[in-house]
Amino acid sequence: MDLISGEKLDRLTSMEKIRLILDKVKTGRIVVLESGLTPQEEVRLIEMTMAEIRLDEFSGIEIESYPAKKGGSFLDKILGKKVKGRMTVIGPANQLRTIEKDQYQISTKVSIGD
Amino acid sequence: MGFISNLKLGFGIWIKKIFKKKKAKIGLYGPPNAGKTTLANRIVKDWSDGGTMGTVSAIPHETRRAVRKEGLVIEANGSSIELDIVDTPGMATKIDFRDFMAFGLSEAEAKKRAKEATEGVIEAIKWLDDLDGVLLIMDATEDPYTQVNVVVIGNMEARKLPLLIVANKIDLPESSPARIKAAFPQHPLISISALDGSNVDELYKAIAIHFR
Repeated sequence: MDLISGEKLDRLTSMEKIRLILDKVKTGRIVVLESGLTPQEEVRLIEMTMAEIRLDEFSGIEIESYPAKKGGSFLDKILGKKVKGRMTVIGPANQLRTIEKDQYQISTKVSIGD
Repeated sequence: MGFISNLKLGFGIWIKKIFKKKKAKIGLYGPPNAGKTTLANRIVKDWSDGGTMGTVSAIPHETRRAVRKEGLVIEANGSSIELDIVDTPGMATKIDFRDFMAFGLSEAEAKKRAKEATEGVIEAIKWLDDLDGVLLIMDATEDPYTQVNVVVIGNMEARKLPLLIVANKIDLPESSPARIKAAFPQHPLISISALDGSNVDELYKAIAIHFR
């Protein structure tokens, strides 16, 4: 399992983040992102995941984050500051399963050696 | 997005409001088997001279290509709005052909369906760039905190486009639209049964209000 800090994520471009996540997940690693992804990055991650699904090798990802917080302050909006994503867990679909999720807690089960 | 871009976006929204744009391209989004095509078929049946948008099946990912129906005029609340509706393939983060075999498909059929389903998800995502609003269809008998729901809502909020949540399948006793409302309280929600038509009149009124 890899826990990736917000500082590291801040230094990466969107494509670099997505590539980093997919490369790790495709080798069976679970990735926890301290500051998550933006909604646009999440949808691009799903798009790239679909493009990389291989029938007998990789069936996709399990990804869980909390619903986004309501947007930032009025000043943030005027200045075009993005609302940051929240802590996110991503893993191979055949190894990571979400048991329960609500606004405040995500419970997952990790299978080893599947 | 920078200051100038935000100003342009805000100006565009005001222009639309001033001229009361009454034609909109609306996407039907949601996880597989939420009832998107059932609802699309009902809208077409209610507001056009017939036909259907697509076939409905208990097997997930029955819709694997987006289908657009143009020029549906919905009249409600004393006004009318012209819609192009786009029935999109179910959004998912994983597609395993073995799941389809559990529904009785052969391995070859299941693999073909899985391949087409992955292409369908990509197509649904591409459509997000070309819409004026979204009806997000959720199965009210299921847990609403799916990542697909979170991602679609997050993207519509980021694009500042209108979103209406549709809690479908209220004909089933285990349905709980209240659970969906509690999960996403910041967005309007209409509870319906696309299958038997319960409360769809309220949905049409909400469409007329939110997508003008």
